Amino acid sequence: MQTLDMADIALREMNATLHAQAETTNQTAWEIVNPKGAHAIACGLDAPIEVTVKGSTGYYCAGMNKQATINIKGSAGPGVAENMMSGTVVIDGDASQYAGATGHGGLLVIKGNASSRCGISMKGINIVVHGNIGHMSAFMAQSGNLVVCGDAGDALGDSLYEARLFVRGSVKSLGADCIEKEMRPEHLAILADLLEQAGADAKPEDFKRYGSARELYNFKIDNAY
Amino acid sequence: MCGIVGLFLKDKALEPQLGSLLTKMLITMTDRGPDSAGIAIYSDNSIGNAKLVVQSDTPELDFEGLTDALSEAIGAPVTMKIASTHAVLDVPQSALDAARTALKTIKPALRVMSRGGSLEIYKEVGLPKDVAARFEIGQMSGSHGIGHTRMATESAVTTMGAHPFNTGDDQCLVHNGSLSNHASLRRKLRREGIHIETENDTEVGAAYLTWQMQNGATLGEALESSLDDLDGFFTFVVGTKDGFGVVRDPIACKPAVMAETDQYVAFGSEYRALVDLPGIEDARVWEPEPATVYFWSHTDQPTQEKAA
Repeated sequence: MQTLDMADIALREMNATLHAQAETTNQTAWEIVNPKGAHAIACGLDAPIEVTVKGSTGYYCAGMNKQATINIKGSAGPGVAENMMSGTVVIDGDASQYAGATGHGGLLVIKGNASSRCGISMKGINIVVHGNIGHMSAFMAQSGNLVVCGDAGDALGDSLYEARLFVRGSVKSLGADCIEKEMRPEHLAILADLLEQAGADAKPEDFKRYGSARELYNFKIDNAY
Repeated sequence: MCGIVGLFLKDKALEPQLGSLLTKMLITMTDRGPDSAGIAIYSDNSIGNAKLVVQSDTPELDFEGLTDALSEAIGAPVTMKIASTHAVLDVPQSALDAARTALKTIKPALRVMSRGGSLEIYKEVGLPKDVAARFEIGQMSGSHGIGHTRMATESAVTTMGAHPFNTGDDQCLVHNGSLSNHASLRRKLRREGIHIETENDTEVGAAYLTWQMQNGATLGEALESSLDDLDGFFTFVVGTKDGFGVVRDPIACKPAVMAETDQYVAFGSEYRALVDLPGIEDARVWEPEPATVYFWSHTDQPTQEKAA
């Protein structure tokens, strides 16, 4: 286990050290201590390493992640795992706004609650939230799966494309063009797999599926104000 | 951007450290706004006098002989404590309005930063560390306070454009965001007889709350109606004689983190601002909900009201 103490080294040096780990590195376990809410921790990683952040992080932690597994042992600030490509990010606490925004792949697990705009414009990432999510989540989401074990806030899935949204609790309101859809066996299988990967103790049968009504795909005069 | 911090102490033992804790919190937020900085401190006022904090760009000229001239004008004793460009004038509560009126003729160039029994506002152009050092905020004690570091968007970088804004006796406001209907609202409020000094958007927000409260609204009611009448982005933190409140607009783009322990309630634009507070490791940390008014008071129970 390699330890990087942010009380001793600068953010750039810490990130550069992690960036220097190649595909074949033998140093696969890293620990970051004293994060103290700093921005851009463990951003842009591209190696199959495991990074544990011992505390809470500020803006954009684990952004653009490829391959790496990053575990935040606290809460995460805005834009955690933004534009993630692959790998896994697990947050033990809560996540602030736009968690997993624009993510193309990989798995983001939030064990607490996520704030507003979770999964905004997601493009293939899978997001599992053990708690609740805030308003405008999955806005313009294009593909991937958003799983919420708790409740969803206002305007869920507004202007949604083809992402799948699974919510166990209540949905305060659905956004434009987002509707409840039938849960078919293939959806239950996807959901069961994601819940297992995320360590969430929930039954797929208790969830409802939401998706796009596909009414906004083409211009329709009825959609204009 | 802009950075906001707030600290409301439950534990009196921490009161001597209020200024130093708030200063550290605000300095952490420096890179959210380098243009101007300000801090509002509330301290116990057992004497019962009122405090007028005034500012001058030429303090050596304007503060000379000010106590005698003001004392003569209002027919009551006045004492003064100078801190750099600011002076705290101590006047009897009953003579507060007379003193404000008299100042306009005695020293028209003076600007009033704050008025009230417990409140003192210090603000200037510059970085939080420099502004705090200039007024020795770190030495100050008090029961609660709020601070702001500004990245100017809607109006010029001046002392009068710095936050906090005094909204009435012992009331103040800091703002992260930008109001888009401030010009029309300013015209409306001026027609209602509300004094608005600058072209700054936040001053209009502050004046709006003052106007609401003059018309009988409580602070909580004024904050709730601000959700309907103010257009734009805002996270507001407000200070009153015995408490502080937080409200975010319904979209809630502007960041906000809160922490509570048995000793305090703290607010920061980011978690970074809170990391050096005592016992933060075990604090309850959360994001205030959009369109929800939060308020903590030394005299009442804490409240949380979801706007209708």
